[in-house]
Amino acid sequence: MSLLGDLRDSRGLLVNLTLREVRGKYKRTALGQAWSLFNPIASLLIFTLVFGFVLRVPVPVGDPSGLQVFALYLACGLLPWNFFSGAVSGGMGSLIANANLLRKVFFWRPTLVIATVLSLNVTFGFELVVLFIALLVAGSMPLPWLPLLVVAVVLLTLFALGIALLLSVAVVYFRDTEHFVAIGMQLWFYATPIVYPYSLIQEQAARMQANGNGFPLETVYRLNPMFRFTEVFRSMLYENTFPDWKDLLFCAIAAAVSVAVGITLFNRSQHRLVEEL
Amino acid sequence: MTSTPAVEIDAVSKHFRLYKERNQSLKAAVMRGGRARYEEFWALRDVSLEIPEGSTFALIGENGSGKSTLLKCIARILSPDAGNIRTHGSVAALLELGSGFHPELSGRENVFLNGSILGLTKRDLDRKFDEIVDFAGIEEFIDQPVKNYSSGMYMRLGFSVAINVDPDILLVDEVLAVGDSAFQEKCMAKFADFRRAGKTVVIVSHAMGSMRTLCDQAAWLDHGRVVEVGRADHIVDKYIDKGHEESIPAPEVVTDDAARWGSGEGKLTSVQLLDRNGQPATRFNSGDPVTVRMEYDCSSRIERPVFGLAMENLDGIYAWSQNTRDADVHVPYIEGRGHVDLEIPSLSFQPHGFDLSASICDHTITHIYDFRRHCYRFVVEAETGRPRESGGVVALAGQWRTDHTQASSGETLTDAR
Repeated sequence: MSLLGDLRDSRGLLVNLTLREVRGKYKRTALGQAWSLFNPIASLLIFTLVFGFVLRVPVPVGDPSGLQVFALYLACGLLPWNFFSGAVSGGMGSLIANANLLRKVFFWRPTLVIATVLSLNVTFGFELVVLFIALLVAGSMPLPWLPLLVVAVVLLTLFALGIALLLSVAVVYFRDTEHFVAIGMQLWFYATPIVYPYSLIQEQAARMQANGNGFPLETVYRLNPMFRFTEVFRSMLYENTFPDWKDLLFCAIAAAVSVAVGITLFNRSQHRLVEEL
Repeated sequence: MTSTPAVEIDAVSKHFRLYKERNQSLKAAVMRGGRARYEEFWALRDVSLEIPEGSTFALIGENGSGKSTLLKCIARILSPDAGNIRTHGSVAALLELGSGFHPELSGRENVFLNGSILGLTKRDLDRKFDEIVDFAGIEEFIDQPVKNYSSGMYMRLGFSVAINVDPDILLVDEVLAVGDSAFQEKCMAKFADFRRAGKTVVIVSHAMGSMRTLCDQAAWLDHGRVVEVGRADHIVDKYIDKGHEESIPAPEVVTDDAARWGSGEGKLTSVQLLDRNGQPATRFNSGDPVTVRMEYDCSSRIERPVFGLAMENLDGIYAWSQNTRDADVHVPYIEGRGHVDLEIPSLSFQPHGFDLSASICDHTITHIYDFRRHCYRFVVEAETGRPRESGGVVALAGQWRTDHTQASSGETLTDAR
């Protein structure tokens, strides 16, 4: 596999580029790395206020954890999503952001995209640690699921990476991609049960059925890989149960397909990449 | 050349798309039915070359001749549309120094970052770190963010990292002009080490003087095609000669009235260079006798005028000037029409284009009657058969003598290099 060979050859570079992203991001800010925590905390606060307090979204009870805190329920879905959407949009722009480098030095190009995604993994890791502490304080016990959680993070990373690779070349040839993706990501966010529980969708589907509307709402929902990822993360963190193996399998397949398609299309379209930058 | 090639370039072609209107937005794409309009520009056409291992190989040609494109193709930054490039050994390209630097990170962090971009492992970098910093000469600043570096320090650190990559094949594009002269000497020494170690260097540069001495082989590219490949000194000479023939416009065209001033009581109606037969000419061989003739026309009598002449080469280097006062030639007065000649026994310039300026002033050289700047352009060419002088403006036509050769009178050591 030349792919793995390329990856092995450029691992030193990968580490250094990732460090550059991590260190460079919050340089010259007074709060530094703490910003990577303030941002999700701020969005958690806003969503909790709007959906938990104003719109009064029903808060599911964790089974068997017994947890019923909207902010934590939200965080278990929002943090993976934030990582995913950050990785896709960051990875997408990574070739253009490093145009100068690409024009002057030869190296294995996917490294740039991978490094951007990995640097966000570092942030995601910090966030998960803080979430873990909060969950423990609130009375959840996610520790036994830690190894499986790592697997889920890896799968989510691969899923995001494949999409980022695909979009990173697309945006070079066609700059509008960036803006389409921004809209698409918003749609995708609300199409995934993150700020609201899936039970609301099930109710809606039942109501549609009763009214004679045959639209397969639940099936469509379940085709969304991010829904499956959210379920996997929530069941381990919020509910403290083993995630549905079908969800896990779906995630694994989605990750594999995403990476395979991403890398293939990346390789196929990188021929004129440097000239088009 | 019997040595094995380090780089084999086989029938390589590369074209670029010159977009008239680029389809980078949706509206443009829809309006034009999804097709961008562009012209194809062939940067390289069917280029075949072999760069022998251990050679220092120059790619020369005018701007836009495709030499940098070829270098980028060898470096794998661009991929050719047709043909193949095979390289034997590791390749590193010095296309732009410090291109991977992150301004907010320290010099130390950037050395590791840039080194790994260029293909060094962590272990290599740990081992070479001191050498790199030492070579760049910026020990005190290594933990400062590189955005605080002067541009010289920035370039030096970039060069130092790149040169320490120690590849089998080094590709260099116009980066020899880095830093002060002391640093340049260090760079040249490093290149020399490189050559001694049997490594291959491919250089793209416009500094023909240093290319002649630094390189042993050269390829001349013109509009994407190979014109000639061979010994660097021969190719560089041919290229320079060709350049002079083509790039210097016919001197008659250059009559720039804007560069003329003076009070106008006496006017220079014509300034010309005459060859040995007394005929106006614009091309001379180095060492030819030349007469400069200045014709004037005065509306009134001018007492004690001073005639002046100056020559500048096309790079703007002030090469020579003289006036009749400094020459102790006293002209009591001029009236009506007439001419003044300056006879030059030997035009001791090296091959280049030159501009002549001429003037009439009063005896104090403060009042100008007529000054014609760059009123005559002429070209000095190398005389075939005479040894070439290596650099500079003047041709001294010196003769070398060494202990080993009893050079007879008039014979020169043309093969000394």
